Amino acid sequence: MDGSRSTLSGIPLEPVYGEGPFPGEYPYTRGVHADMYRSRLWTMRMFAGFGTATDTNGRFRELLRSGSTGLSTAFDMPTLMGRDSDHPWSLGEVGRAGVAVDSVEDMADLFAEIDLGGVSTSMTINGPAAILLAMYVVVAEQGGVERGRLAGTLQNDILKEYQAQKEYIFPPRPSVRLVTDVIRFTATEMPRWNPVSVSGYHIREAGSTAVQELAFTLANGFAYVEAAVAAGLPVDIFAPRLSFFFNSHVDFFEEIGKFRAARRIWARWLRDRYGATDERSLKLRFHTQTAGVSLTAQQPETNIARVALQALAGVLGGTQSLHTDSHDEALALPSEAAARTALRTQQVIAHETGVTGVADPLGGSAYVEWMTDEVERRAEEVFAHLDEIGGGSILEGVYEGIQSGWFMGEIAESAYRFEREVNAGDRIVVGVNAFTEGNGSTGTDLLRVGQETEDDQLARLTAVRAGRDSDAVATALGRVAAEAADPDLNLMPSLIEAVEARATVGEIVEVLEGVFGTYVETAVV
Amino acid sequence: MVGTGLPIRVVLAKLGLDGHDRGLKVVARMLRDAGMEVVYLGLRQTTGSILNAVEQEDADVVGISMHNAGHLTLGPRIVSALADAGLDVPVVIGGIVPDVDLAELEAAGVAAVLGPGAPVDEVVSTVRAVAGHDGSD
Repeated sequence: MDGSRSTLSGIPLEPVYGEGPFPGEYPYTRGVHADMYRSRLWTMRMFAGFGTATDTNGRFRELLRSGSTGLSTAFDMPTLMGRDSDHPWSLGEVGRAGVAVDSVEDMADLFAEIDLGGVSTSMTINGPAAILLAMYVVVAEQGGVERGRLAGTLQNDILKEYQAQKEYIFPPRPSVRLVTDVIRFTATEMPRWNPVSVSGYHIREAGSTAVQELAFTLANGFAYVEAAVAAGLPVDIFAPRLSFFFNSHVDFFEEIGKFRAARRIWARWLRDRYGATDERSLKLRFHTQTAGVSLTAQQPETNIARVALQALAGVLGGTQSLHTDSHDEALALPSEAAARTALRTQQVIAHETGVTGVADPLGGSAYVEWMTDEVERRAEEVFAHLDEIGGGSILEGVYEGIQSGWFMGEIAESAYRFEREVNAGDRIVVGVNAFTEGNGSTGTDLLRVGQETEDDQLARLTAVRAGRDSDAVATALGRVAAEAADPDLNLMPSLIEAVEARATVGEIVEVLEGVFGTYVETAVV
Repeated sequence: MVGTGLPIRVVLAKLGLDGHDRGLKVVARMLRDAGMEVVYLGLRQTTGSILNAVEQEDADVVGISMHNAGHLTLGPRIVSALADAGLDVPVVIGGIVPDVDLAELEAAGVAAVLGPGAPVDEVVSTVRAVAGHDGSD
């Protein structure tokens, strides 16, 4: 008995109800696949990373044993910023908020005893993304898995870093060149790899509204399309592998409208503005993560309910993969028990609620269709603004919006408006400004990462540096510098060579900074 | 509480690599709306750059925002750096700080910790309390 084909009472279900265009049909408002979750559930992909590579490897294997169907790597702040663990900035940050990776040897430990040919891996990394991809390729090939078989996603979305998450290294234009280098490399050598995950998640977490999240993210997606086309790649060669990453926040129907509008906008723009003809280029596929910022430190068990509702919105919105936040994330990185509860939440939605039986079950609802149209209309106003300030180019409009601080100002304004509404009591946050009985001391079973992790990682880095051929490192870094200076060359081959020689993330980044420069943001409140 | 006739001057900064600046920006606006003078240093500040700003801006309070779990390492360092420089300026930490760390931070001389969801009244009154004056005459 397949629970997705009939109700608990035994009422048989059709795969879809209502009117066309149906799921799987242009403009894909109702979903990218005809059968949606009947034929294939979303990928349950839990984001994890802390301590040393060996620590995180243990969590990865636990998640796979518990029924996770994909891996998702959280790197620590020094790695995200392209700094080695012994850089002065890294003090106190090694392995604290993600896993520390300095060299390819750490990457090998991270994926030890995991079949890289059989799992899909997401890596949340942006500034030094190309370097980490090079490490993953080297580790896989040393383990006998060819790069062409590797499946996964590199976040590699640098534009939203300037706008929201602030993990940039180089200035925007050379950074976008690195993005297009990765797009070109994977298009020819890694056909199962998504080279960019265009991410609204961080824009939303930084305080934007749902409409801003949608509009800024899709604008960044259009910008990468324009950059890759300008670099000489035909749109249908790379667009099918662009993927997206959205937040699922607490406003249930607004989120569902956002996901549906995202697919429709992307399909229309790719077809009409960028001339894509391959159907796969038009289909917006996305990962969803529940809203970390909506989690409360007060009465943290309440977060289990928030996460379940947000995850359900993602599923009703047609997501392709999902991370559910752990209820202790307003206090620390997830403990193993909390992460398991979060995964179980997805499994309840997938296997018990019956929502997987019918594609786009809310399609045709007057409210949901209106919301979808309204979110789309408001997003189009943002595209028109960026097109105008970019002189007919969304890519130039995005650069201009970054340089002038427009994106950051818009996001900060929305964040402050929300905070004022909560403070005035106009918006209720359970446990924070209402229903506060039961608020007490929290956090006895939290994940702790201590100073010993930093000490271990520093010892490991010293050993890697001592055990390598320093002439080979210098030669490889020299090649990286030379090829970085020539924008017509793809940097991926020289990065792979440098990584193989055991050059560290920080060493490679410093060489690139020598050519590209370093970005410093003007602080805007 | 004594008045000095001068507005409270607060230096706000993100210490270290962490780029989560939503909360600090909201706090900056809260404090400005409450009549304080805010010197917003922004991201990737070091102990040295914060020290310079405190000295040059004659700050009454330093506010550090941390979401990277590095507070036990970096919090005490900024407190002792201020003390070593002879600057008697209280440090308030905001962000993700588990309750179990509060005693250690207090022992290290951190004046106050503001957690996620701290309402505007608590933020403003905490800064006023540690500043030692309320900005009035």
